[in-house]
Amino acid sequence: MSVDLSQFIPSFLEESFEGLALMESGLLDLKRGDNETIHSIFRAAHSIKGGAGTFGFDNVTEFTHLVETLLDEMRDGRREVTSKDTEILLDAVDCMRLLIEAARDNQDYDHDKVAKTSSRLSETLGDEQSTDSENESNSNIEKKDACGYNIKFIPEHSLAKTGNDPIFLFSALAELGELTICANTEELPALMDIDAQELYLSWQLTLITDVEEAEVIEIFEWVEDECLLTLEPITNTSDDEFTQNLSEGVNSIISEPSVQPQLPSKAANQISLASTKVEHEPDAVIEEKSKAAKGKVKADLGSIRVGVDKVDSLINLVGELVITQSMLSELGNDFDMTKVERLTNGLEQLLQNTKELQESVMRIRMLPISFAFNRFPRLVHDLAIKTGKTMELVINGEQTELDKTVMEQIGDPLVHLVRNAADHGIESKEIRLANGKPEKGTISLDAYHQGGNIVIEIKDDGAGINRTSVLDKAIDKGLIDANATLTDSQVYDLLFEPGFSTAAEVTDISGRGVGMDVVKRNIQALGGRIQVESTLGKGSTFKVNLPLTLAILDGQLVKVGTETYIIPLISIVESLQIDNNLINRVSGDMVLYRLRDDNVPVLPIYQLFNLETECTEIDKALLVVVEADGQKVGLMVDDLLAQQQVVIKSLNDNYQQVAGISGATILGDGSVAMILDIPGMINMALEQAQRAQRVKTDGNSSVAAELCL
Amino acid sequence: MTKVLVVDDSNSIRDMVSFTLKSAGYQTVEAKDGQDGLSKAKINNFDLVISDVNMPNMDGISLCTELRKLASFKFTPILMLTTESSSEMKIRGKSAGATGWLVKPFNPEKLLATIKRVVK
Amino acid sequence: MNIQAMAQDVPVEGEHTVEGIDFITSGDQYLTFLLAQEQYAVDILCVEEIRSWEQPTKIPNAPSYIKGVINMRGIIVPIVDLRLKFSIGKANYLETTVVIVLTYHSDDKSRTIGFVVDAVSDVLNVESVDIKPAPAFGGCVGQQYIDGLINSENKVVTVLNVANLQQVEKHRLQS
Repeated sequence: MSVDLSQFIPSFLEESFEGLALMESGLLDLKRGDNETIHSIFRAAHSIKGGAGTFGFDNVTEFTHLVETLLDEMRDGRREVTSKDTEILLDAVDCMRLLIEAARDNQDYDHDKVAKTSSRLSETLGDEQSTDSENESNSNIEKKDACGYNIKFIPEHSLAKTGNDPIFLFSALAELGELTICANTEELPALMDIDAQELYLSWQLTLITDVEEAEVIEIFEWVEDECLLTLEPITNTSDDEFTQNLSEGVNSIISEPSVQPQLPSKAANQISLASTKVEHEPDAVIEEKSKAAKGKVKADLGSIRVGVDKVDSLINLVGELVITQSMLSELGNDFDMTKVERLTNGLEQLLQNTKELQESVMRIRMLPISFAFNRFPRLVHDLAIKTGKTMELVINGEQTELDKTVMEQIGDPLVHLVRNAADHGIESKEIRLANGKPEKGTISLDAYHQGGNIVIEIKDDGAGINRTSVLDKAIDKGLIDANATLTDSQVYDLLFEPGFSTAAEVTDISGRGVGMDVVKRNIQALGGRIQVESTLGKGSTFKVNLPLTLAILDGQLVKVGTETYIIPLISIVESLQIDNNLINRVSGDMVLYRLRDDNVPVLPIYQLFNLETECTEIDKALLVVVEADGQKVGLMVDDLLAQQQVVIKSLNDNYQQVAGISGATILGDGSVAMILDIPGMINMALEQAQRAQRVKTDGNSSVAAELCL
Repeated sequence: MTKVLVVDDSNSIRDMVSFTLKSAGYQTVEAKDGQDGLSKAKINNFDLVISDVNMPNMDGISLCTELRKLASFKFTPILMLTTESSSEMKIRGKSAGATGWLVKPFNPEKLLATIKRVVK
Repeated sequence: MNIQAMAQDVPVEGEHTVEGIDFITSGDQYLTFLLAQEQYAVDILCVEEIRSWEQPTKIPNAPSYIKGVINMRGIIVPIVDLRLKFSIGKANYLETTVVIVLTYHSDDKSRTIGFVVDAVSDVLNVESVDIKPAPAFGGCVGQQYIDGLINSENKVVTVLNVANLQQVEKHRLQS
């Protein structure tokens, strides 16, 4: 019978990565004498080793064996936990991850690193030989040309108490060849004295077989300490016994030639069997590879582990939905106007069910943010060593839940921000002490829900952002004008400009080409935003605001001409009827609307999107004030419609990205409506304005034509 | 039908063992650690227990000791899944009342062949 | 009916009116349609469905031949007016105006786009050897969109390359 193991590989991989994360966080927390932690680290390594062996990832098993041995010594108290060992183990965890990833993707890995770490491990272990050699010697038992065995098996009386039953042993033996059993009842006591739980028999067995002795002994492996076992091979040379046992009562002169030819043929059989085995091996290897490849595909598709409670709640909700549905269809069988109220109630119930079902389904995609946070303790630990600064990481709100897709994409930007905090934020020990701060710097990661959003704060108690040096640099790079006056937040925004880096020298930690501009872009791509607060000498806070999910959005439906658009509620500041007195036209055709102290530029959507509408007069229109990147604009629309949750559909699947549009959705009537991308629209408007300006200054009419596109 | 309790904290190994046994016609119940295994053993009868050694909450050796205290598990075969083939481990298992051990890594064929030594 | 008799009933090229028997013919099948008075064809395996024309939702600032997007069973499908794209005939939207929705699978992705045409005409069975290369003499339709020509009775049918029809769309729009 063959069982396809490949189906368990994705779950083994998932489990292994979890185990590695557990080992890593355990190692980072590890203090001397903390046995519980060592145990759990050991268990994780142990499981990975066992699983890897079972699923054929031999290099993982081999490497993990060293790790496990070291951990075992720590666990037994044979070895003190030193920081040097912890570092080696952390490196080893990295190597295990490399090896498992390589196994998953069926790709090569960094052999140098693995070899180095593995030799460091063996060095630490003091070159203790593993038990492998013992196994080898076992299998090297010389092959005798035996054709059977005489076995004497005298079990202890208590054999049954460990759950062993000689019957099963004998039937296992019988599968190896021809078995003759002879029971010895000499020790059987008188009936009165028999203890039903004891075993009084012993056996004399004769097994005619061509298997090796080790294979026979293996069957008795579990009982060898509880019995007296002797095994005598019946060999070809010991003719007497052989013939006696094989064919009792047959005339020896006649029988000999008839038996002899049998033996070579059996041997030949064995050889041909062995050779087919060898032939099959490459197949097995290929199969192994394809299994690994399969594992990769599955891993790439991504899977979510969902708590049973979440699934149960879904099932309950579906149950309710079915009840509502059957109630409604029954109502529809013979409907008359007297049943209108019941219909309305039923529909309301349906609405409720659908909503709850939607929420439950969304919850399935939600994972605690600890999945994204768990790599940071290690990161900060490594950064501290690399920079020579002392710092610690404080994590709060790691149970805050976040959509899986958002989680996957926020990881890298967060890493960059934490690196930035460690590298540029936290000062060196000497400077901190000189400034009267505690020697140890603190970086904190906080996650919490706020409205329909999740907020992640990356805070450090370091030097803060030096306004002057940021400004100098920006002027130096030509990002701003030398005599520009900027607010603090505008200055901090400069950090996110492409090609901006404030570190006096580029270190290999941050500032390796991927700048803060990429961080900002990634966050914006997720529909989020990032803000900076900083106090010189006290530290900085980077605040990342993200939507909980990418799949659903609270939207305000608006009408422009014949088209319906959706404005994300999150970006709406307010909607208002336009008061003519508050409209100001400046510098020609720019329209500003006075909103309390602010002057908000008015953006007519019909112009931006080149649509036809009768509502071109600003005083007849409505204004939806939206904000993105700290910039407020008033979107001019014909009418405000309903507010509703919409499911976001990508335009990219069958089309492409459209400027000013973040996606589309399907409305209740089945028609498609576009979802507005507010930052994108503001950019479009800015570009148009810049082009218009060029037209004015250059007096170039051909550029003006371009504007009308 | 032969009923087997499979105790392992690793999902993949547990699934693999259970799947293998099921496809060979055994009935299986899975438990994720010794504690879980013990409570399942208290409400069910099993013809065989296959348990990992290293597990959180309750390890396999303790599970074995506890099971042997139950009347219905006095003679039930208990096999330990272990990567440690050292004799020390075997002695510890034996003294806790384990019937035998299966050394990881093992493949489904070996698993089925081996358990025939203790059950039908 | 024996095999010989069946074989006689198999329509030959151009003889494509026998109902229900298309399935047992050899060669590839093509859906033909009209743009103005010209006949065009696409591989029938790419045809997702044929819909009647409905006003799509406009895509802001898209080229004029991109009419917008529609909802096809929850999928957002862009609509391209082939007459405008190839500058053939007038883009009138009548009751007979139809949208042929084509899906093209490439590597790991598939793309679904609806094309507005004047009318759908027929299904042709064509052996690949009967598709002749098109002469490279300009015309409204770019060479990259044409796979070849089929002679059908006394007319010529232009076979369009669905992959390029959908691929090039992207570049054209980005410029």
